[in-house]
Amino acid sequence: MISVYIDFIRMRFLTMLAYRVNYYSGIAIYAINIGSAYFIWKAVYGDHALLGGMTSGQVSTYIAISWMARAFYFNNLDQEISREIRDGSVAIQMIRPYQYLAVKMMQGLGEGLFRLLLFSIPGMIIVTLLFPIRLLLDPLTWMAFAVMMVFSFFINSQINILTGLSAFFLENNEGLMRMKRVAIDLFSGLVIPLSFFPGWAEQLLQLLPFQAITYLPGSVFTGNIVGNEIIQAIGVQILWFIALLLPLNVVWRRARKRLFVQGG
Amino acid sequence: MFYISLFYEYLKNYIKTRLTYRSDFWIEVLSDLAFNFMNLFFILVVYMHTDALDGWVRAEVIFIYGYFMVPYSVFNCFFNLYGFGDRYIVKGEMDRVLTRPAHNLFQVMLENMDPPALFGAVAGFAVMVYAWTDLDVALSWYDPLLFLLMVVGSVMIYFGIYVSLTSLSLFSDSPTGILPLIWNIQNYGRYPVSIYNGIIRVVLTWLLPFAFVGFYPAALFLRRGDFITMALLTPVVGLVLMLISIWIWNIGVRRYRGAGS
Repeated sequence: MISVYIDFIRMRFLTMLAYRVNYYSGIAIYAINIGSAYFIWKAVYGDHALLGGMTSGQVSTYIAISWMARAFYFNNLDQEISREIRDGSVAIQMIRPYQYLAVKMMQGLGEGLFRLLLFSIPGMIIVTLLFPIRLLLDPLTWMAFAVMMVFSFFINSQINILTGLSAFFLENNEGLMRMKRVAIDLFSGLVIPLSFFPGWAEQLLQLLPFQAITYLPGSVFTGNIVGNEIIQAIGVQILWFIALLLPLNVVWRRARKRLFVQGG
Repeated sequence: MFYISLFYEYLKNYIKTRLTYRSDFWIEVLSDLAFNFMNLFFILVVYMHTDALDGWVRAEVIFIYGYFMVPYSVFNCFFNLYGFGDRYIVKGEMDRVLTRPAHNLFQVMLENMDPPALFGAVAGFAVMVYAWTDLDVALSWYDPLLFLLMVVGSVMIYFGIYVSLTSLSLFSDSPTGILPLIWNIQNYGRYPVSIYNGIIRVVLTWLLPFAFVGFYPAALFLRRGDFITMALLTPVVGLVLMLISIWIWNIGVRRYRGAGS
């Protein structure tokens, strides 16, 4: 049974590989975005040594790793699912002997692994050469970061799938999907590290799942979260991963009852 | 006259189709604005930690952003040819356009018109006014005229850059992925160019002149003397780029052979 899902990862990975040319410009785009953030933060720091609990070097590193991590966890599962709901092909997938949502997750993982190998890693090497990025050498940090990336992927995909399933209930969920994208970029700490937010906003965001996608792993990578706090951060991610399974199940169950496909 | 009536007919057509899905319209407007609000929020948060970005205070940077939104929205409304390669070349709709009596570029633009984008211009203007009241800068009688001239110049720059790049798909139907790349570079234009290093400044001024769609013209209204020459060049650069792009486009159309059977 498991091997079925592994095949889905493999197939998506190979599909992506066939269209790899499309992704080379992606590295350039991410480098451009990192560059713009780098110069702005440099100007923000000016003569300040420490802002929001981070040095200017840490912010540069944070921005770079957060964008490259985004290349791994980012996917368009929401759009894929909405499309399959609208064109009705979700019905045929439901009668097949696998879990539709698990298959979507695995396809996302195949895509993520592809981008990790052909986008994030070469991209990170390029931006490290371009900008003053400080990589920690402690192997434990790297291991913790790797584990956290897996959960980043799962939590982001869970939110994506939830957004995609809204197509069952809304006539047009295009706007919702676009808002979700902005919400994730902003609330996860990709645009601004959480520690820079005004106090009330920071406290609010710590109660939401988004920080587990970018801010927590990014802070571990820059060395702003160390020691036992790393375990705590991973704990927060695991908690959100489990907590999000519940709405996913409820929505999926309701959605199946609502399914109504026109034509054939 | 013919072109004006054509524009009017396309607009009527657009409104009729959109009124069928009224809620979609507002959702689109809102999600467009959400992205801008995120960027403005970024500026606000950043200024909670510092007083100035390389000598530019908060209200000035917000003003520049507000200005940036205005020409960008006008461009998005009328000249957004983002899906051109797919829709017109690969799917062959260009053939249909070419059989008609109005200029092909004009038709393509009208078919892709997106009036909700103009709400961004209104929002941008409101942001400018808000920032202006925070600043101690005088308003002269010629400023509104200058503003119009600058916006027209900036819009022509967008037109020039994007029409030139879109023409590339008339020469080759393989996707180049260059448009998203340029779109991301354009975002550099909404901050004072002095924060970037020399190479980027040269690129933003002379190669991909996105400094002219935000920073330079905005600096004119902020009475920053050191950028006046650059600001006044905005309409000139715009006109030159626009003419070049139309020239490239026409060559492309002449070479165009159709993609399918």
